Amino acid sequence: MNHNSSNQTDVARRYFLQQCGVGLGKIAGASLLMGAGSQLSASTDIDDPLAIKRPHFEPTAKAVIHLFMAGAPSQLELFDPKPTLTRLEGKPLPESVIGDQRYAFIQPDAAVLGPQFQFNKHGNCGLELGEPMSPLGAVADELCVVRSMTTDQFNHAPGQQFFNSGFAQPGRPSLGSWALYGLGAETQDLPAFVVMSTGAGISGGASLWSSGFLPTVYDGVRFRDGANPILNVSTPEQFSSQLQKDSFDLVNQLNAKRMRRLGDPEIETRIAAFEMAARLQTSAPDLMDLRNESKETLNLYGCQPEQPSFARACLLARRMVQRGVRFINIYHSGWDAHSNVKGNTQSNCKATAQASAALVADLKRSGLLDSTLVIWGGEFGRTPMVETNPALGRRAGRDHHPQAFTMWMAGGGIKPGMTYGATDDFGFHITENRVHVHDLQATILHTLGLDHKRLTFHHAGRDFRLTDVHGDVVKDLLA
Amino acid sequence: METGRWFQIWRVMGRNFQFRFCFLLTVLFAVTCRAQKRDDEGQMSFSRDVRPILSKHCYACHGPDESKRDGGFRLDVPNRDIDFDLILERIESTDSLEVMPPPSTNKPLGVGGIATLQKWISEGGQYEEHWAFVPPKQSSVPEGSHPVDHFIDRKLDNVGLKRSPPADPATLIRRLYLDLIGIPPTIEQADAYIDNPTPANYARIVDDLFNSPRYGERWARRWLDLARYADTNGYEKDRDRSIWPYRDWVIRAYNSDMPFDQFTIQQLAGDMLPDPTPDQIVATGFHRNTMLNEEGGIDPLEYRYYAMVDRVGTTGTTWLGLTLACAQCHTHKYDPVTHQDYFGVMAYLNNTDEPDYFLPLPNAEERLAANRVKAQQLREELVGQWPKGPDDPEFDEAFDRWLEKQKRAVADWKPISPTTLESNLPNLKLVADRVILATGDTTKHDVYRLGFSGQEKAITAIRLEALPDDRLPGGGPGLTYFEGRKGDFFLSEFQVLQDGEPIPIGAASESYGDNQFGNNPVSAKLATDGDVQSGWSVAKRIGERHVAVFNLEQPLVAGREFTIQMDFGRHFPSSLGKFRLSVATAEQSVAATALSAEQLDRIVQSPIESRDELSLEFAMQSKPLLPKANAIRRLERLPVGAATLVMRERPTGQERKTQLHHRGEYTQPNEDIDPRLPSAILKDSSRMPKDRLEFARWIVSKENPLTARVVANRQWHAFFGTGLVATVDDFGMQGESPSHPELLDYLAVELMNKDWSLKQLQRLIVTSKAYQQDSILVEKESHSNRLLFRFPRKRLEAEIIRDVSLSAAGILNTNMFGPPVRPIQPDEVAANFTKSKWKPSEGDQRNRRSIYTYQKRTAPFAMFTTFDAGSGESCLARRDASNTPLQALTLLNDPMFVDISKAFGRRIESVDGDFETKATTAFRWLMTRKPDESELEMLKSFYEKHESWAAVARVLLCLDEAITKN
Repeated sequence: MNHNSSNQTDVARRYFLQQCGVGLGKIAGASLLMGAGSQLSASTDIDDPLAIKRPHFEPTAKAVIHLFMAGAPSQLELFDPKPTLTRLEGKPLPESVIGDQRYAFIQPDAAVLGPQFQFNKHGNCGLELGEPMSPLGAVADELCVVRSMTTDQFNHAPGQQFFNSGFAQPGRPSLGSWALYGLGAETQDLPAFVVMSTGAGISGGASLWSSGFLPTVYDGVRFRDGANPILNVSTPEQFSSQLQKDSFDLVNQLNAKRMRRLGDPEIETRIAAFEMAARLQTSAPDLMDLRNESKETLNLYGCQPEQPSFARACLLARRMVQRGVRFINIYHSGWDAHSNVKGNTQSNCKATAQASAALVADLKRSGLLDSTLVIWGGEFGRTPMVETNPALGRRAGRDHHPQAFTMWMAGGGIKPGMTYGATDDFGFHITENRVHVHDLQATILHTLGLDHKRLTFHHAGRDFRLTDVHGDVVKDLLA
Repeated sequence: METGRWFQIWRVMGRNFQFRFCFLLTVLFAVTCRAQKRDDEGQMSFSRDVRPILSKHCYACHGPDESKRDGGFRLDVPNRDIDFDLILERIESTDSLEVMPPPSTNKPLGVGGIATLQKWISEGGQYEEHWAFVPPKQSSVPEGSHPVDHFIDRKLDNVGLKRSPPADPATLIRRLYLDLIGIPPTIEQADAYIDNPTPANYARIVDDLFNSPRYGERWARRWLDLARYADTNGYEKDRDRSIWPYRDWVIRAYNSDMPFDQFTIQQLAGDMLPDPTPDQIVATGFHRNTMLNEEGGIDPLEYRYYAMVDRVGTTGTTWLGLTLACAQCHTHKYDPVTHQDYFGVMAYLNNTDEPDYFLPLPNAEERLAANRVKAQQLREELVGQWPKGPDDPEFDEAFDRWLEKQKRAVADWKPISPTTLESNLPNLKLVADRVILATGDTTKHDVYRLGFSGQEKAITAIRLEALPDDRLPGGGPGLTYFEGRKGDFFLSEFQVLQDGEPIPIGAASESYGDNQFGNNPVSAKLATDGDVQSGWSVAKRIGERHVAVFNLEQPLVAGREFTIQMDFGRHFPSSLGKFRLSVATAEQSVAATALSAEQLDRIVQSPIESRDELSLEFAMQSKPLLPKANAIRRLERLPVGAATLVMRERPTGQERKTQLHHRGEYTQPNEDIDPRLPSAILKDSSRMPKDRLEFARWIVSKENPLTARVVANRQWHAFFGTGLVATVDDFGMQGESPSHPELLDYLAVELMNKDWSLKQLQRLIVTSKAYQQDSILVEKESHSNRLLFRFPRKRLEAEIIRDVSLSAAGILNTNMFGPPVRPIQPDEVAANFTKSKWKPSEGDQRNRRSIYTYQKRTAPFAMFTTFDAGSGESCLARRDASNTPLQALTLLNDPMFVDISKAFGRRIESVDGDFETKATTAFRWLMTRKPDESELEMLKSFYEKHESWAAVARVLLCLDEAITKN
C-alpha cells in the first residue's frame, strides 16, 4: 500500500476490462490515478481506487463514526473533575504551571475559574460525568474515556485540521480519506466517506475532509440539510422520473456507442459512474427516509425525522454504517465558550449528549458496535483559568487549552468501561498516560487494521503518512 | 570490464554456493531482460538505471542528510568512503540483521534492483550528475523534420511502434481550440478548418487562437493553480480579500505572450525593478496568495512563518521542480538540498512588507474635484440630518456640551521629539515634524518606550496624536491588518515614568473612540487602568487624525528626563503606526479635541459668530451623524482604484533576519541564515544572488538548469495530459526520469532561445504530428502510451467543462476582468454554512468565464470541486481527472447545468430546419463533429417521446465526449 501520485498507465485497466470482463458495474468510478509509476505496471488491484483492499492485519473496526465537537468542549465541566479549582477560584495559577504557554485571548495571570457543575458517577465502572453530560451515563460501561489527550495547536482551524490530517495546515489527506485509501469502500450505492454538520459553521472548511494529495475520489462527501443531502442527488422538479430514466439511458447508450468506436475504458468508467449515480438517486432518499424507524428509536435519539439536528445525524450515521459507509464525520460546532462556559456547556449538551449516548446504545443493540468505532471529542480543551475581557464583553468563559483535554471512544475494539490517563490538580498538565493526537490517529488506524507507519503515499518527493514521523498505537486502549 | 570486481563478486558468492548460484542465474536473466528492453547501448546508465534504485532504497539513510547517515557513509555522490565490496555483501545477504536495506524499512531491493547494482558496480561504479542538474543541451534535428516528431518517432521506432494516423479534422480542431483557448470552435470556425485541412490553414488558425483574448483566460487558470490563487483569506474566518487585479495581470501577461523570464521576475520581484510600473507591482501578488489566519488569538508571526514555508515550497514547485519543502525539517533525504539551503531560499523571499496596493485611478484628481463639490453640498445639509431634526433640543444640548469640551481643550501644546525609541519588535523611526512612524512586524502585545529629555516647564498634560498615512493599512493611524478593522489600533496602556516611577494619570479623554466589538467601552481613560485588556481604539473612523490627552496628577519635574510607555494589542496585533506626542502646562485638566488650534481660537474668541461653522464641525464629529459624516469624509479623499495585495522590499537598515528553525518548527529558531542557493544547482558560488531580485533573475538565467525544463515540461503536460517528466513537481532524485530526455532538453533550450515565448513553444507542440494524431485505442496495445503512439484522451478541467457548456448554449459572457462573480449553485451549498451565503450574481454576470468565479478557500464552488479543481490552499501542480457518480449527478441535476440546458434548448429551437438540422447543429456546438445516423436516431426517438430540446441538450451536456478532449 505504497502508491505513487505521478502518472497512470492505462494498460492495466484496459487489460482488466477486456480480459477479465468482470466488474464493470463495480467500478466505483475513478480514473486511474494511482498507477504504480513505473511504465509497465500491470497490477489490476489499483485499477479501482475504491475496490476493497486487504488491511495490514485483522481489523477490529470496519467503520468509524467521528463525533467532532468543534469549538472544543470544556473537559473541566464534563469529564475531568477538579475540586482544587473551586478552592483556587479567583486566584492566578502558579507561574511554574503555566510556563511559556501562548494563549489565544487570556493573559497568563488570569484567575482560576472553578468547575461549573456537579459531577456524578455512572455505570458499573463509576464513570464521572459533569451534570449536563449525565445522559451519556446510560452507556458509561461502553465508553473508554481518555482524560490525557494533548495537541500541538491552540487555534480552531489549525487544531481541527491537525486532528483530521495530522498537520495544522490544509493540504494533507484527512483520516477518512486515509481509511478509504487503505481499505476501499464497502458500498457502491453511497459515498464511503460522509460528512455531516450541525450547529454553527465548521472552522476549517472543506479541507477537513479533503483527500489532500491523495486521489480526489477519497474526498469526504458532504451530506447537507435540505432537500438534497448529497448535492444534486434529486431529480430537479421540472423533470419527470420517466424523463430522468430516459436521459440516463440515452447518455449511457450514446457513451456505449462511443466506447465501441474508441475503445477507451475511461468511457466504460463513465458509464459505470452514471449507473451508480442513478442508484444514488434512490439509495440516498432511502437512507434519509426515517419512516421505518420505530418511535422508540426516534425517542432514544430525541430525533424529529423531518428536522435536521445532531440527533438525526447520529441516527443517519447508524443507518449509513448498516449500508456499508466506511467513515462518517458529524461536526457539531458551537463549543467555543470564551464567555459563559456554563450556559454554553448546557446548551451544547442539550443538543448532543442524549443522541451521542443513543448512538452507542443503538449500535450495541444492532450488533454493530463491535465493528464500529465511535469517537467523541474536540480539537483541544479549555483553560482552568477564566476568560474575562471588557473590550470584548466576555465573562466567565474559558480560553483554548492544548495541553490537556478529554475524548471518549466506544466500540470497534476499544476497551469499554475505562477511564484512561490523568491530569494535575488544576487540569492543566497531563500527569499520567499522555495521548498525543498523533497517537490517537495511529490507534484509530490500528482498529481499522492499518499500520500507520506503513500506510504511506508518495507525493512531492517523499512518502507521507497520516502521523508524519510521529505517533504510537496506544495499546492500553485496545480491548 | 574490470575483472577485479567480478572476482570480488565470486569471492563473496563462494560463501553460500547454492544460493549464490541461483542468485547468479537470476541476475543474468534479469540483466538479459533489461538489456532487451533498453533502446540503446547495453551499458548501465547511472542516471537512468542506478540512481532511481539508490534513491528509492538507500538515500534515506545514505543520502544527503548527515544527521540520518548511519556510519557516515553516503551513496548519493562519489566519494572515497564507498566500499563496493561491502555494498555487494550487504545487499545480497540473507541475514535479516545484515541485509540492506534493512527489512524494517519495508523497501527490499528485489532481484531486479540487486542485479542492476551488481552490473553497475561491475562496470566500474561510475557516477553521473543527476540529469536535471546538468544544463539542457539541444541535440540536432535532421533538416526538414519537426523536432517533436523526430524525438517521438525515434522512441517509437526503437520498440517497433508507429504513431497513429492523423485525427479527423473535426476532432483535431476541437482539440486545438480546447487546448489553446478552452472553448470549442463554433461551427463556422470548425468548418473553416474541416473544409480545408491543410497545414498552412492549421497554422493560421493556431495564430488566430494565440491572438484570441480567450487564450489568456485559459492559460492563466493553470498558472493560478500554482499560484494558489483565491478570493478569500482561508482558515477559520476565510474573509474576502481583493487580489483579483493579480489574476487579471496573469491573463494579460499570457495574452501578450510576456516572455516567461519577465513573467517570473515581475511576480517574484516586480517591486524591486527600477521605477516599477503599477503592473509590475501588482504582479508581486503571486506570493501574496498565501493564506492569512484571522482567527482570534493566533500568533501572527507563527502564521507569517507558515506563509513563508508555503512561499519556499511553492517557488520550488513552480520554478525549480524541486521538492524544497522536504528540507523544512531537516536536510533533504534524497536531493542535495540542505536544511540551511532551505532557509537560504527563504531568506531571499523573507525581507518584505506586505501592503495593500490601490490601483491608480485614471482622472483621480478630476473625480476628487467633482466629489468635493458634492461633499460641500452634503456638509451644508448635514446639520439638518440630525435624527430628530435640527430643532431638536437634544441637538443644542449635545452641541453645547461639545463646545464646552472644546474650550477645555485649549492649551499651549508643544510637540516633542524622543531621544530614544525602543520597542519589542516594530521599527520606530522619527520622521519630519517630530512624527514617529512604526513599520515592520507586529505582535499581539507591542510595547513602545520613548525617552525624552527634560522640559523647561513642569509638564501637566501629554497629548497623543494618532496620525493617518496612506502607507499604513487602511490609511492608518493603526497597524491592524487582520481580524480587526484595517488601520485601527488598540492602546491598552499609556504610562509616563520619571526616575523610574510611574506618574499617576488623572483625567484622560479622546477626540473620538469606538470599539468594533459591540458596545463594549473603549476610551483613553481605560488605557490608564492597568488592565491590558481595556483601552482606546477608533473603529469606524479609520484614515483620520485622532487625539487623546492624559492629564498628570502631579507635574513632571522640569529639566529631568522622562519616559512614555505605550502598550498595544488585543487578540490580534493593533499597534499605532504613526503618531506625535506633545506636552502642555495647564492649571486645569485639558480635554482632547481633533480641532486645529485655529478652530479652537475661534471658539474661544467668538463663540457666537462662528456658531454655524462650529455646529457643522460638531455634526461632523457627532455619533448620531457618523455614517453621513463618514460619507462626506470619503468624498473628500483622493479616490483610488481596487486594492490588491503586493510585496514591498524592506528599506535598508530594517531588514528582516531569517533564522534556521530546528525541525522546521516555528517555535525553535536558532542561527541566522543569509540568502543562498543550494550548491548543487549553483556551481559557482561567487555568482550567488544577493537579494530577491537577483534570485528572480537567476531563476530565469541560463545558469539554472531546471526552470526552462520545468516550464517546457508543464506545457507538454497541458497538451498531452502527462509530462515528459511525469512528476511535474519533482525533478529531483525521487522524480521520474523523462520519457524523452532529448525532446525535453530540446524544448527547454528552444524556450530560452526564443526569448522565453510560451506561445512559440506551444506552437511547436501543436504543429507536431504527435499532437495531431488520432486518439482511438490501437488494437492489442501491449505498451503504455507513454511513448505516445496515439493521442491521449483526457477529461476536461472543471472550468473548461463549464465554459464549454455555456459556450454551446450560446450564453457565455465573454466580458473580461474585474471582481469575482458567482454562478448558480444548489441551495444546499449554503446549508450548514453560517458564515457564507451564496447569492448568484445578477443577470449574465453569472455566465462569465469560469476563471472569474469567486473562489472561497474553505467552501470552493461545488461543481469545480466535484471535477477535481483545487481550493487555493496550496500550490497545485497537477490536477486529478477523476470519473465519479457525483460528476454524473452534477451534469444532470445541478441547477446551473439545468439553467444552461434550458438556454441550450432555446438556442436549438431557434435553428431553422427539421429535426436533423437542429440536432446536428446542437451536437456540433458541443462536439464539433457531426453525429452519425444511429446517434441521430437515438436522439430522435428521445426527442419524439419528450418533445423538449432542453431535455436533449441536457443529455448532450452529459456525454463523455462533451467533457473530454478527444
